[in-house]
Amino acid sequence: MADFDAIVIGAGTVGAAIGYGLGQRKWRVLVLDGADTDFRAARANFGLVWSQGKGRGMPAYQDLTKRSSDMWREFHRELCASAGGAQIDYQHAGGIAFCQGDDGFEERKALIEALDDEYRSAFADAGEPDVEMLSRDQVQDLMPDLRLGNSVSGASFGRRDGHVNPLQLLSALHKAIQAQGNEIRGRTTVDKIRPKAGGCEVSSGDLRWQAGRVIIAAGIASGALGRSLGLDVPIRAQRGQVLVTQRLAPVLPLPCSGLRQTAEGTIMIGATKEEVGADVSVTARASAWLSRKTIKIAPDLARAQLVRHWSGLRIMTPDGHPVYAQSEEHPGIFVASCHSGVTLAAVHADELAGHIAAGALPASYNPFHHRRFDVQTAH
Amino acid sequence: MFKQLTDPKEPGFQVFVDGMAVSARPGDTVAAVLLRTPPHLARHTPVRESPRAPFCLMGVCFDCLATVDDQTSVQTCLVEARPGMRIERPRGKLKVAQ
Repeated sequence: MADFDAIVIGAGTVGAAIGYGLGQRKWRVLVLDGADTDFRAARANFGLVWSQGKGRGMPAYQDLTKRSSDMWREFHRELCASAGGAQIDYQHAGGIAFCQGDDGFEERKALIEALDDEYRSAFADAGEPDVEMLSRDQVQDLMPDLRLGNSVSGASFGRRDGHVNPLQLLSALHKAIQAQGNEIRGRTTVDKIRPKAGGCEVSSGDLRWQAGRVIIAAGIASGALGRSLGLDVPIRAQRGQVLVTQRLAPVLPLPCSGLRQTAEGTIMIGATKEEVGADVSVTARASAWLSRKTIKIAPDLARAQLVRHWSGLRIMTPDGHPVYAQSEEHPGIFVASCHSGVTLAAVHADELAGHIAAGALPASYNPFHHRRFDVQTAH
Repeated sequence: MFKQLTDPKEPGFQVFVDGMAVSARPGDTVAAVLLRTPPHLARHTPVRESPRAPFCLMGVCFDCLATVDDQTSVQTCLVEARPGMRIERPRGKLKVAQ
């Protein structure tokens, strides 16, 4: 008999959400976490639960994000309770993305319209658009305490957007998994997944465990783990640097894409997108760029002192969209990999975990298969 | 509470603590001026708003943070007072709202 119903490889936001979701279905789950020194996207997250502007070229991803955003309130309520009354600061009152100059406004408007067209052509039952363009005056009305910089021409407002404390989220997922009676094993780097009759064996050094399902959710290590199992997902690391200010009296009532005020009062400023490989250095160039773009939007923030500056490696696929797949050669082995593990946490726990438990991803998940990258490049 | 040991014949100058004129002497740190000025505080903390006074006087404890000439969170024990300086003792979280 297998030791567990499922083994999840990776205890970051993605793996922990799936493990928690399986545990909610009374599955016996082992969640394996890597070394303390591994790169951890889940601990360098910005904390947006964000829908607007995402999913160009893949309406299924737009739909997934919208579904997750709609599920987040209930997911949050249930997770806080499952984690023994854990506190997870979460606000879902919409979010805005600032536009600068007339060109910036028109560019943003065109993107939002193109996304809406793509979505409507794929989903006939799409409701009212969830993003609208706001003039500068409308933005100022929405944020009366924030003096806007002269170049701000307006913003797009997404009613499905919000933000959350990503560290409280991760910690609550871990607490909930343990409260379900399941185990998270730290410092356990998986070196092999071996398909066996009726399941798989996962090994780390001399240790071995068997389970009917194995879910690879190991961030940038997922590619290497799945390669020999028919789950060859092209994943790369993208560096993101973030700045954090001292605590300020409330000034930002809504998260503003790369600018959000946490419940404690700090302002988080993000994020760079750098193709530098596995390098988590922070750079003065990035802090200068992040500070400058912030002051252009909100000049008064120049008075705030920075107290932290960090960088993390984010998970990227070639098109930036998620990958969910089950191995064809070895059914029972799944891979889940995405950039927006916080936004998608609700759908991972509520929906994806259910499909994994059932043993098959439905047709609506076909667009997320990594076979979409197996195309020959024309030269 | 605190007595100056500098030469009283040396000419002093004025700085402003929360708008109030206070005398200072060349070589005084801003923290020294705050310690001499009742109620001998630098600030109230951002979250609990509890009072803090300059403590270590050597740039380590960050209890002497105040706003100096509009610059927020200055370690006042590391800054020399200058004529006309405007020193504000913050209370609670910094307000950048209009």
